[in-house]
Amino acid sequence: MDFRQPTRRAVLAGGAALAASAVASPVSAQAPQVLMRPIPSSGETIPATGLGTWITFNVGNDPVLRDECAAVMAAFFEAGGRMIDSSPMYGSSQPVIGYGLEKLGSPPVFSAEKVWTSWGSNGPEQMEQSRRYWGVPHFDLMQVHNLLAWQDHLKTLYAMKEAGQVRYVGITTSEGRRHDLFEEVMRKERLDFVQITYNIVDREVEERLLPLARDRGIAVIVNRPFQQGDLTRRLEGEELPEWASEIGASSWAQFILKFILSHPAVTVAIPATTRVDHVRENVAAASGPLPDEAMRQRMAAYIEQL
Amino acid sequence: MSEWWGYRLSDFLLFSPRAYWRLLELHNEALWPLPLLTLAAGLLAGGLALLRPKAASRVIPLLLAVLWAWVAWSFFWNRYATINWAAIYVAPIFALQAMLLFVLGGPRQVDPDGRGWWRAIVVTLLAVALLYPLLAPLSGRPWSQAEIFGMAPDPTATGTLALLLLTRARWCVLLFPIPVLWCLASGITLGAMDASLAWVPPFAALAACALAIAQPRKAARPRV
Repeated sequence: MDFRQPTRRAVLAGGAALAASAVASPVSAQAPQVLMRPIPSSGETIPATGLGTWITFNVGNDPVLRDECAAVMAAFFEAGGRMIDSSPMYGSSQPVIGYGLEKLGSPPVFSAEKVWTSWGSNGPEQMEQSRRYWGVPHFDLMQVHNLLAWQDHLKTLYAMKEAGQVRYVGITTSEGRRHDLFEEVMRKERLDFVQITYNIVDREVEERLLPLARDRGIAVIVNRPFQQGDLTRRLEGEELPEWASEIGASSWAQFILKFILSHPAVTVAIPATTRVDHVRENVAAASGPLPDEAMRQRMAAYIEQL
Repeated sequence: MSEWWGYRLSDFLLFSPRAYWRLLELHNEALWPLPLLTLAAGLLAGGLALLRPKAASRVIPLLLAVLWAWVAWSFFWNRYATINWAAIYVAPIFALQAMLLFVLGGPRQVDPDGRGWWRAIVVTLLAVALLYPLLAPLSGRPWSQAEIFGMAPDPTATGTLALLLLTRARWCVLLFPIPVLWCLASGITLGAMDASLAWVPPFAALAACALAIAQPRKAARPRV
Protein backbone atom coordinates (compact mmCIF):
# COMPACT_ATOMS: atom_id res chain seq x y z
CA MET A 1 0.00 0.00 0.00
CA ASP A 2 1.26 3.47 -0.78
CA PHE A 3 0.91 5.33 2.49
CA ARG A 4 1.69 8.66 0.87
CA GLN A 5 -1.70 8.47 -0.79
CA PRO A 6 -3.94 6.49 1.55
CA THR A 7 -7.40 5.75 0.35
CA ARG A 8 -10.15 7.49 2.20
CA ARG A 9 -11.94 4.16 2.57
CA ALA A 10 -8.93 2.54 4.25
CA VAL A 11 -8.60 5.36 6.73
CA LEU A 12 -12.30 5.45 7.51
CA ALA A 13 -12.45 1.70 7.89
CA GLY A 14 -9.64 1.73 10.41
CA GLY A 15 -11.09 4.68 12.24
CA ALA A 16 -14.64 3.37 12.35
CA ALA A 17 -13.46 0.05 13.66
CA LEU A 18 -11.44 1.85 16.29
CA ALA A 19 -14.36 3.93 17.39
CA ALA A 20 -16.42 0.82 17.88
CA SER A 21 -13.70 -1.09 19.67
CA ALA A 22 -13.40 -1.63 23.38
CA VAL A 23 -10.23 -2.52 25.21
CA ALA A 24 -7.64 -4.09 22.93
CA SER A 25 -10.13 -5.43 20.43
CA PRO A 26 -9.18 -5.95 16.80
CA VAL A 27 -9.75 -2.70 14.92
CA SER A 28 -9.37 -3.75 11.30
CA ALA A 29 -7.85 -6.40 9.14
CA GLN A 30 -4.63 -4.36 8.90
CA ALA A 31 -4.40 -2.87 12.37
CA PRO A 32 -2.77 -4.84 15.17
CA GLN A 33 -4.32 -5.07 18.62
CA VAL A 34 -3.54 -1.75 20.19
CA LEU A 35 -3.18 -1.29 23.89
CA MET A 36 -6.05 0.84 25.14
CA ARG A 37 -5.87 2.83 28.35
CA PRO A 38 -8.75 4.24 30.38
CA ILE A 39 -9.11 7.93 31.14
CA PRO A 40 -9.71 7.73 34.90
CA SER A 41 -12.20 10.60 35.10
CA SER A 42 -14.57 9.07 32.54
CA GLY A 43 -13.61 5.46 31.94
CA GLU A 44 -13.34 6.14 28.21
CA THR A 45 -10.46 4.21 26.66
CA ILE A 46 -7.95 5.53 24.16
CA PRO A 47 -4.99 3.95 22.34
CA ALA A 48 -1.82 4.24 24.40
CA THR A 49 0.28 5.73 21.61
CA GLY A 50 -0.62 9.17 20.35
CA LEU A 51 1.04 11.53 17.91
CA GLY A 52 2.93 14.67 18.92
CA THR A 53 3.36 17.51 16.45
CA TRP A 54 6.06 19.67 18.07
CA ILE A 55 8.47 20.72 15.29
CA THR A 56 7.55 17.82 13.01
CA PHE A 57 4.26 19.29 11.78
CA ASN A 58 5.46 22.90 11.59
CA VAL A 59 6.03 22.91 7.84
CA GLY A 60 4.25 26.12 6.88
CA ASN A 61 2.65 26.13 3.45
CA ASP A 62 5.08 23.65 1.93
CA PRO A 63 2.82 21.35 -0.11
CA VAL A 64 5.32 18.48 -0.17
CA LEU A 65 5.90 18.50 3.56
CA ARG A 66 2.18 18.96 4.26
CA ASP A 67 1.44 15.82 2.29
CA GLU A 68 4.16 13.99 4.19
CA CYS A 69 2.49 14.99 7.46
CA ALA A 70 -0.87 13.82 6.14
CA ALA A 71 0.74 10.49 5.22
CA VAL A 72 2.07 10.17 8.77
CA MET A 73 -1.43 10.87 10.09
CA ALA A 74 -2.91 8.29 7.71
CA ALA A 75 -0.45 5.64 8.88
CA PHE A 76 -1.11 6.63 12.49
CA PHE A 77 -4.87 6.19 12.20
CA GLU A 78 -4.52 3.05 10.16
CA ALA A 79 -2.25 1.52 12.80
CA GLY A 80 -4.89 2.26 15.42
CA GLY A 81 -3.77 5.59 16.89
CA ARG A 82 -6.21 8.32 17.85
CA MET A 83 -4.77 11.11 20.00
CA ILE A 84 -3.03 13.97 18.21
CA ASP A 85 -1.57 16.72 20.36
CA SER A 86 -0.66 20.25 19.35
CA SER A 87 -0.39 23.83 20.60
CA PRO A 88 -0.61 27.40 19.30
CA MET A 89 3.09 27.53 20.17
CA TYR A 90 3.90 24.98 17.46
CA GLY A 91 3.90 27.37 14.50
CA SER A 92 1.88 26.00 11.60
CA SER A 93 1.27 22.58 13.19
CA GLN A 94 -2.41 23.31 13.80
CA PRO A 95 -3.34 24.18 10.20
CA VAL A 96 -1.20 21.26 9.00
CA ILE A 97 -3.21 18.91 11.23
CA GLY A 98 -6.38 20.46 9.83
CA TYR A 99 -5.08 19.87 6.31
CA GLY A 100 -4.37 16.22 7.13
CA LEU A 101 -7.74 15.63 8.77
CA GLU A 102 -9.56 17.12 5.81
CA LYS A 103 -7.47 15.12 3.35
CA LEU A 104 -8.14 11.90 5.26
CA GLY A 105 -11.88 12.51 5.41
CA SER A 106 -12.13 13.51 9.07
CA PRO A 107 -10.99 10.30 10.79
CA PRO A 108 -12.04 9.86 14.45
CA VAL A 109 -9.26 11.79 16.11
CA PHE A 110 -8.92 12.42 19.81
CA SER A 111 -7.97 16.09 19.60
CA ALA A 112 -5.65 17.34 22.33
CA GLU A 113 -4.87 21.06 22.19
CA LYS A 114 -3.45 23.72 24.41
CA VAL A 115 -4.10 27.30 25.33
CA TRP A 116 -0.89 29.32 25.36
CA THR A 117 -1.23 32.98 26.11
CA SER A 118 -0.21 35.10 29.07
CA TRP A 119 -3.59 36.77 29.29
CA GLY A 120 -6.64 34.84 30.37
CA SER A 121 -8.93 37.10 28.38
CA ASN A 122 -7.18 36.05 25.15
CA GLY A 123 -7.72 32.36 25.83
CA PRO A 124 -11.19 31.88 24.29
CA GLU A 125 -10.23 33.65 21.06
CA GLN A 126 -7.04 31.63 20.76
CA MET A 127 -8.84 28.35 21.38
CA GLU A 128 -11.47 29.22 18.79
CA GLN A 129 -8.74 30.00 16.27
CA SER A 130 -7.12 26.65 17.07
CA ARG A 131 -10.45 24.89 16.55
CA ARG A 132 -10.84 26.53 13.16
CA TYR A 133 -7.35 25.43 12.17
CA TRP A 134 -8.13 21.84 13.08
CA GLY A 135 -11.57 21.96 11.50
CA VAL A 136 -13.15 20.00 14.36
CA PRO A 137 -16.47 20.82 16.06
CA HIS A 138 -14.78 20.90 19.47
CA PHE A 139 -11.64 19.69 21.16
CA ASP A 140 -11.61 16.53 23.23
CA LEU A 141 -8.91 17.83 25.53
CA MET A 142 -7.76 21.38 26.20
CA GLN A 143 -4.64 21.85 28.28
CA VAL A 144 -2.97 24.91 29.78
CA HIS A 145 0.40 24.98 28.05
CA ASN A 146 3.32 25.00 30.48
CA LEU A 147 1.09 26.46 33.20
CA LEU A 148 1.05 29.84 31.46
CA ALA A 149 -1.63 31.96 33.20
CA TRP A 150 -3.06 28.72 34.51
CA GLN A 151 -5.49 30.20 37.05
CA ASP A 152 -7.35 32.26 34.46
CA HIS A 153 -7.30 29.59 31.79
CA LEU A 154 -8.50 26.82 34.08
CA LYS A 155 -11.52 28.92 35.05
CA THR A 156 -12.33 29.31 31.36
CA LEU A 157 -11.76 25.61 30.67
CA TYR A 158 -14.01 24.46 33.50
CA ALA A 159 -16.76 26.69 32.12
CA MET A 160 -16.19 25.30 28.64
CA LYS A 161 -16.34 21.75 29.95
CA GLU A 162 -19.56 22.55 31.76
CA ALA A 163 -20.98 23.95 28.50
CA GLY A 164 -19.92 20.87 26.53
CA GLN A 165 -17.35 22.81 24.48
CA VAL A 166 -14.48 20.61 25.60
CA ARG A 167 -14.59 17.12 27.10
CA TYR A 168 -11.46 17.08 29.23
CA VAL A 169 -9.25 19.65 30.95
CA GLY A 170 -5.55 19.41 31.64
CA ILE A 171 -2.23 21.13 32.24
CA THR A 172 1.17 20.54 30.68
CA THR A 173 4.81 20.94 31.38
CA SER A 174 7.89 19.63 29.64
CA GLU A 175 11.46 18.75 30.44
CA GLY A 176 11.07 19.07 34.17
CA ARG A 177 9.93 22.67 34.30
CA ARG A 178 8.09 23.96 37.37
CA HIS A 179 7.30 20.60 38.88
CA ASP A 180 6.59 22.06 42.32
CA LEU A 181 3.85 24.30 41.00
CA PHE A 182 2.66 21.51 38.72
CA GLU A 183 2.21 19.24 41.73
CA GLU A 184 0.38 21.97 43.61
CA VAL A 185 -2.06 22.47 40.73
CA MET A 186 -2.55 18.71 40.43
CA ARG A 187 -3.45 18.55 44.12
CA LYS A 188 -5.98 21.37 44.20
CA GLU A 189 -7.60 21.43 40.75
CA ARG A 190 -10.07 19.04 39.11
CA LEU A 191 -7.92 17.89 36.22
CA ASP A 192 -8.68 15.11 33.77
CA PHE A 193 -5.21 15.06 32.21
CA VAL A 194 -1.67 16.14 32.88
CA GLN A 195 1.09 16.16 30.29
CA ILE A 196 4.69 15.71 31.37
CA THR A 197 8.06 14.64 30.03
CA TYR A 198 9.01 11.09 30.92
CA ASN A 199 11.35 8.56 29.39
CA ILE A 200 13.88 5.95 30.36
CA VAL A 201 16.46 8.64 31.09
CA ASP A 202 14.31 11.49 32.47
CA ARG A 203 12.63 9.73 35.38
CA GLU A 204 12.16 12.50 37.93
CA VAL A 205 8.36 12.33 37.57
CA GLU A 206 8.38 8.79 38.96
CA GLU A 207 9.05 10.28 42.39
CA ARG A 208 6.01 12.49 42.86
CA LEU A 209 3.99 13.41 39.79
CA LEU A 210 3.20 9.95 38.42
CA PRO A 211 2.15 8.51 41.81
CA LEU A 212 0.10 11.64 42.46
CA ALA A 213 -1.64 11.33 39.10
CA ARG A 214 -2.55 7.76 39.95
CA ASP A 215 -3.82 8.71 43.38
CA ARG A 216 -5.88 11.61 42.03
CA GLY A 217 -7.27 9.70 39.05
CA ILE A 218 -5.64 11.94 36.46
CA ALA A 219 -4.72 10.62 33.02
CA VAL A 220 -1.08 11.14 32.04
CA ILE A 221 0.18 12.10 28.60
CA VAL A 222 3.91 11.65 28.14
CA ASN A 223 5.66 14.10 25.83
CA ARG A 224 9.21 14.00 24.43
CA PRO A 225 9.58 10.24 24.96
CA PHE A 226 12.71 10.24 22.81
CA GLN A 227 14.12 13.52 24.18
CA GLN A 228 13.23 15.18 20.88
CA GLY A 229 15.19 12.50 19.03
CA ASP A 230 18.38 12.95 21.07
CA LEU A 231 17.86 9.67 22.89
CA THR A 232 17.19 7.54 19.82
CA ARG A 233 20.09 9.21 18.00
CA ARG A 234 22.37 8.42 20.90
CA LEU A 235 21.31 4.78 20.82
CA GLU A 236 21.54 4.42 17.04
CA GLY A 237 24.94 2.77 17.04
CA GLU A 238 24.16 0.48 19.96
CA GLU A 239 22.93 -3.10 19.76
CA LEU A 240 19.44 -3.76 21.06
CA PRO A 241 19.84 -6.42 23.79
CA GLU A 242 18.63 -9.89 22.84
CA TRP A 243 16.23 -9.95 25.74
CA ALA A 244 14.33 -6.99 24.21
CA SER A 245 12.46 -9.60 22.19
CA GLU A 246 10.90 -10.84 25.45
CA ILE A 247 8.83 -7.66 25.52
CA GLY A 248 8.32 -7.56 21.76
CA ALA A 249 10.64 -4.58 21.17
CA SER A 250 12.34 -4.72 17.78
CA SER A 251 13.86 -1.21 17.86
CA TRP A 252 15.18 1.29 20.36
CA ALA A 253 12.06 3.42 19.84
CA GLN A 254 9.85 0.50 20.85
CA PHE A 255 12.17 -0.34 23.74
CA ILE A 256 11.78 3.21 25.10
CA LEU A 257 8.04 3.44 24.46
CA LYS A 258 7.38 0.11 26.14
CA PHE A 259 9.30 1.31 29.16
CA ILE A 260 7.14 4.44 29.33
CA LEU A 261 3.84 2.71 28.72
CA SER A 262 4.58 0.05 31.30
CA HIS A 263 4.38 2.61 34.08
CA PRO A 264 0.94 2.08 35.58
CA ALA A 265 0.17 5.80 35.78
CA VAL A 266 0.87 6.51 32.11
CA THR A 267 -2.12 6.77 29.79
CA VAL A 268 -0.69 7.89 26.45
CA ALA A 269 2.76 8.62 25.04
CA ILE A 270 2.91 11.09 22.16
CA PRO A 271 6.09 10.65 20.13
CA ALA A 272 6.45 13.00 17.18
CA THR A 273 7.80 11.91 13.83
CA THR A 274 7.94 12.89 10.19
CA ARG A 275 8.22 9.30 8.99
CA VAL A 276 5.51 6.80 8.16
CA ASP A 277 7.63 3.80 9.16
CA HIS A 278 8.39 5.39 12.50
CA VAL A 279 4.78 6.17 13.30
CA ARG A 280 3.84 2.55 12.56
CA GLU A 281 6.68 1.38 14.76
CA ASN A 282 5.60 3.73 17.55
CA VAL A 283 1.97 2.61 17.52
CA ALA A 284 3.09 -1.01 17.36
CA ALA A 285 5.00 -0.45 20.62
CA ALA A 286 1.60 -0.19 22.30
CA SER A 287 0.81 -3.81 21.52
CA GLY A 288 2.13 -7.13 22.71
CA PRO A 289 3.79 -7.64 26.09
CA LEU A 290 4.91 -4.81 28.32
CA PRO A 291 7.77 -5.09 30.80
CA ASP A 292 7.06 -5.88 34.42
CA GLU A 293 8.85 -4.03 37.23
CA ALA A 294 11.87 -6.33 37.18
CA MET A 295 12.25 -5.90 33.44
CA ARG A 296 11.85 -2.13 33.77
CA GLN A 297 14.76 -2.04 36.17
CA ARG A 298 16.80 -4.14 33.78
CA MET A 299 15.97 -1.85 30.87
CA ALA A 300 16.88 1.30 32.77
CA ALA A 301 20.13 -0.24 34.02
CA TYR A 302 21.04 -1.31 30.50
CA ILE A 303 20.53 2.19 29.10
CA GLU A 304 22.45 3.71 31.96
CA GLN A 305 25.54 1.61 31.32
CA LEU A 306 25.66 2.40 27.59
CA MET B 1 5.91 36.65 33.32
CA SER B 2 8.05 34.22 35.31
CA GLU B 3 6.55 31.47 33.14
CA TRP B 4 8.98 32.44 30.40
CA TRP B 5 12.01 31.76 32.56
CA GLY B 6 11.54 28.03 32.17
CA TYR B 7 12.19 28.13 28.42
CA ARG B 8 15.54 27.47 26.80
CA LEU B 9 16.70 28.83 23.48
CA SER B 10 16.22 25.47 21.77
CA ASP B 11 12.56 25.51 22.85
CA PHE B 12 12.00 28.44 20.54
CA LEU B 13 13.36 26.57 17.55
CA LEU B 14 9.94 25.59 16.33
CA PHE B 15 10.89 23.98 13.05
CA SER B 16 13.18 21.31 11.70
CA PRO B 17 16.22 22.19 9.60
CA ARG B 18 14.51 20.48 6.69
CA ALA B 19 11.45 22.72 6.98
CA TYR B 20 13.69 25.82 7.08
CA TRP B 21 15.80 24.91 4.05
CA ARG B 22 12.70 23.84 2.14
CA LEU B 23 11.23 27.25 2.99
CA LEU B 24 14.20 28.92 1.32
CA GLU B 25 13.81 26.64 -1.66
CA LEU B 26 10.13 27.55 -2.04
CA HIS B 27 11.01 31.22 -1.60
CA ASN B 28 13.56 31.09 -4.43
CA GLU B 29 11.30 29.03 -6.67
CA ALA B 30 8.21 31.16 -6.13
CA LEU B 31 10.04 34.37 -7.02
CA TRP B 32 12.37 33.11 -9.73
CA PRO B 33 14.09 34.85 -11.58
CA LEU B 34 14.00 37.66 -9.03
CA PRO B 35 16.94 36.13 -7.09
CA LEU B 36 19.09 36.84 -10.14
CA LEU B 37 17.98 40.48 -10.10
CA THR B 38 18.62 40.98 -6.39
CA LEU B 39 22.03 39.39 -6.79
CA ALA B 40 22.67 41.69 -9.75
CA ALA B 41 21.64 44.62 -7.55
CA GLY B 42 24.23 43.50 -5.04
CA LEU B 43 26.89 43.32 -7.73
CA LEU B 44 25.89 46.77 -8.95
CA ALA B 45 26.10 48.19 -5.44
CA GLY B 46 29.49 46.56 -4.96
CA GLY B 47 30.75 47.93 -8.26
CA LEU B 48 29.55 51.42 -7.40
CA ALA B 49 31.16 51.21 -3.97
CA LEU B 50 34.48 50.22 -5.49
CA LEU B 51 34.47 52.59 -8.48
CA ARG B 52 32.88 55.49 -6.58
CA PRO B 53 31.12 57.40 -9.34
CA LYS B 54 29.12 60.42 -8.15
CA ALA B 55 25.85 58.50 -8.27
CA ALA B 56 27.15 55.94 -5.79
CA SER B 57 26.49 58.20 -2.84
CA ARG B 58 22.76 58.00 -3.35
CA VAL B 59 22.20 54.81 -5.37
CA ILE B 60 23.79 52.38 -2.90
CA PRO B 61 21.71 53.30 0.17
CA LEU B 62 18.60 53.41 -2.00
CA LEU B 63 19.29 49.94 -3.36
CA LEU B 64 19.94 48.62 0.12
CA ALA B 65 16.80 50.27 1.48
CA VAL B 66 14.69 48.62 -1.21
CA LEU B 67 16.26 45.22 -0.59
CA TRP B 68 15.77 45.43 3.18
CA ALA B 69 12.14 46.39 2.71
CA TRP B 70 11.74 43.53 0.25
CA VAL B 71 13.28 40.98 2.62
CA ALA B 72 11.10 42.31 5.45
CA TRP B 73 7.93 41.83 3.48
CA SER B 74 8.61 38.86 1.21
CA PHE B 75 10.77 36.71 3.47
CA PHE B 76 9.84 37.52 7.05
CA TRP B 77 6.24 38.59 6.74
CA ASN B 78 5.07 36.29 3.97
CA ARG B 79 7.36 33.29 4.20
CA TYR B 80 9.26 32.78 7.44
CA ALA B 81 6.28 33.69 9.62
CA THR B 82 4.54 30.52 8.44
CA ILE B 83 6.93 28.40 10.52
CA ASN B 84 8.22 30.94 13.04
CA TRP B 85 5.79 33.34 14.68
CA ALA B 86 8.72 35.46 15.85
CA ALA B 87 9.33 36.46 12.22
CA ILE B 88 6.29 38.74 12.44
CA TYR B 89 8.24 40.82 14.95
CA VAL B 90 11.45 40.76 12.89
CA ALA B 91 9.75 42.04 9.72
CA PRO B 92 9.16 45.57 11.14
CA ILE B 93 12.76 45.68 12.35
CA PHE B 94 13.98 44.99 8.83
CA ALA B 95 11.55 47.62 7.56
CA LEU B 96 13.02 50.06 10.08
CA GLN B 97 16.50 49.33 8.74
CA ALA B 98 15.18 50.08 5.25
CA MET B 99 13.96 53.46 6.47
CA LEU B 100 17.22 54.19 8.23
CA LEU B 101 19.17 53.36 5.07
CA PHE B 102 16.88 55.57 3.03
CA VAL B 103 17.16 58.53 5.39
CA LEU B 104 20.69 58.21 6.76
CA GLY B 105 22.53 56.08 4.25
CA GLY B 106 24.48 58.71 2.34
CA PRO B 107 28.27 58.33 2.28
CA ARG B 108 30.66 60.35 4.32
CA GLN B 109 32.84 62.73 2.33
CA VAL B 110 36.27 61.58 3.41
CA ASP B 111 39.43 60.35 1.82
CA PRO B 112 38.23 57.21 0.09
CA ASP B 113 41.52 55.43 -0.35
CA GLY B 114 42.09 54.15 3.13
CA ARG B 115 44.60 51.49 4.00
CA GLY B 116 44.96 48.69 1.46
CA TRP B 117 44.58 45.81 3.87
CA TRP B 118 41.45 47.31 5.43
CA ARG B 119 39.85 47.79 2.05
CA ALA B 120 40.82 44.27 0.97
CA ILE B 121 39.13 42.73 4.00
CA VAL B 122 35.96 44.76 3.47
CA VAL B 123 35.86 43.71 -0.19
CA THR B 124 36.28 40.10 0.95
CA LEU B 125 33.32 40.55 3.29
CA LEU B 126 31.27 41.87 0.39
CA ALA B 127 32.36 38.92 -1.73
CA VAL B 128 31.21 36.53 1.00
CA ALA B 129 27.78 38.16 0.92
CA LEU B 130 27.49 37.94 -2.85
CA LEU B 131 28.89 34.40 -2.98
CA TYR B 132 26.61 33.27 -0.15
CA PRO B 133 24.74 30.83 -2.44
CA LEU B 134 27.90 28.69 -2.43
CA LEU B 135 27.26 27.89 1.22
CA ALA B 136 24.36 25.67 0.15
CA PRO B 137 26.46 23.06 -1.72
CA LEU B 138 29.27 23.49 0.80
CA SER B 139 26.78 22.49 3.50
CA GLY B 140 25.48 19.57 1.48
CA ARG B 141 22.27 21.30 0.43
CA PRO B 142 21.05 21.69 -3.15
CA TRP B 143 21.51 24.96 -5.03
CA SER B 144 17.77 25.47 -4.96
CA GLN B 145 18.06 26.11 -1.21
CA ALA B 146 20.72 28.80 -1.62
CA GLU B 147 20.57 32.00 0.42
CA ILE B 148 20.82 34.88 -2.00
CA PHE B 149 21.68 38.52 -1.40
CA GLY B 150 18.50 40.58 -1.44
CA MET B 151 16.29 37.52 -0.98
CA ALA B 152 17.47 35.98 2.28
CA PRO B 153 18.38 37.94 5.41
CA ASP B 154 21.87 36.62 6.17
CA PRO B 155 23.64 37.59 2.93
CA THR B 156 21.64 40.82 2.81
CA ALA B 157 22.78 41.81 6.28
CA THR B 158 26.38 40.76 5.61
CA GLY B 159 26.51 42.60 2.28
CA THR B 160 24.97 45.69 3.84
CA LEU B 161 27.63 45.83 6.52
CA ALA B 162 30.36 45.56 3.88
CA LEU B 163 28.79 48.24 1.70
CA LEU B 164 28.33 50.59 4.65
CA LEU B 165 32.01 50.18 5.42
CA LEU B 166 33.11 50.63 1.81
CA THR B 167 31.06 53.80 1.34
CA ARG B 168 32.04 55.17 4.75
CA ALA B 169 28.38 55.74 5.42
CA ARG B 170 27.40 58.46 7.85
CA TRP B 171 25.53 57.38 10.97
CA CYS B 172 27.11 53.93 11.02
CA VAL B 173 26.29 53.89 14.71
CA LEU B 174 22.62 53.79 13.71
CA LEU B 175 22.92 51.68 10.56
CA PHE B 176 25.05 48.88 12.01
CA PRO B 177 23.04 47.56 14.96
CA ILE B 178 20.19 45.87 13.10
CA PRO B 179 22.29 43.90 10.58
CA VAL B 180 24.81 43.02 13.30
CA LEU B 181 22.12 41.85 15.71
CA TRP B 182 20.41 39.89 12.96
CA CYS B 183 23.66 38.10 12.06
CA LEU B 184 24.18 37.17 15.70
CA ALA B 185 20.60 35.96 16.08
CA SER B 186 20.82 34.01 12.86
CA GLY B 187 24.03 32.33 14.01
CA ILE B 188 22.31 31.25 17.21
CA THR B 189 19.32 29.90 15.25
CA LEU B 190 21.51 28.05 12.78
CA GLY B 191 23.57 26.70 15.65
CA ALA B 192 20.40 25.36 17.28
CA MET B 193 19.67 23.72 13.92
CA ASP B 194 23.15 22.13 13.95
CA ALA B 195 23.92 23.85 10.64
CA SER B 196 27.56 23.27 9.75
CA LEU B 197 28.22 26.89 8.70
CA ALA B 198 26.29 28.53 11.53
CA TRP B 199 29.37 30.53 12.45
CA VAL B 200 29.37 32.49 9.16
CA PRO B 201 26.80 35.23 9.97
CA PRO B 202 28.11 36.05 13.46
CA PHE B 203 31.68 35.91 12.22
CA ALA B 204 30.79 38.34 9.42
CA ALA B 205 29.08 40.68 11.89
CA LEU B 206 31.97 40.65 14.32
CA ALA B 207 34.43 41.17 11.46
CA ALA B 208 32.37 44.15 10.27
CA CYS B 209 32.36 45.64 13.77
CA ALA B 210 36.11 45.18 14.05
CA LEU B 211 36.60 46.78 10.64
CA ALA B 212 34.36 49.70 11.62
CA ILE B 213 36.48 50.30 14.70
CA ALA B 214 39.72 49.89 12.75
CA GLN B 215 38.70 51.92 9.75
CA PRO B 216 41.34 54.43 8.63
CA ARG B 217 40.93 57.96 9.84
CA LYS B 218 42.56 61.14 8.68
CA ALA B 219 44.50 61.56 11.90
CA ALA B 220 45.57 58.60 13.90
CA ARG B 221 45.07 58.77 17.63
CA PRO B 222 48.31 59.05 19.55
CA ARG B 223 49.37 55.89 21.29
CA VAL B 224 49.43 55.97 25.04
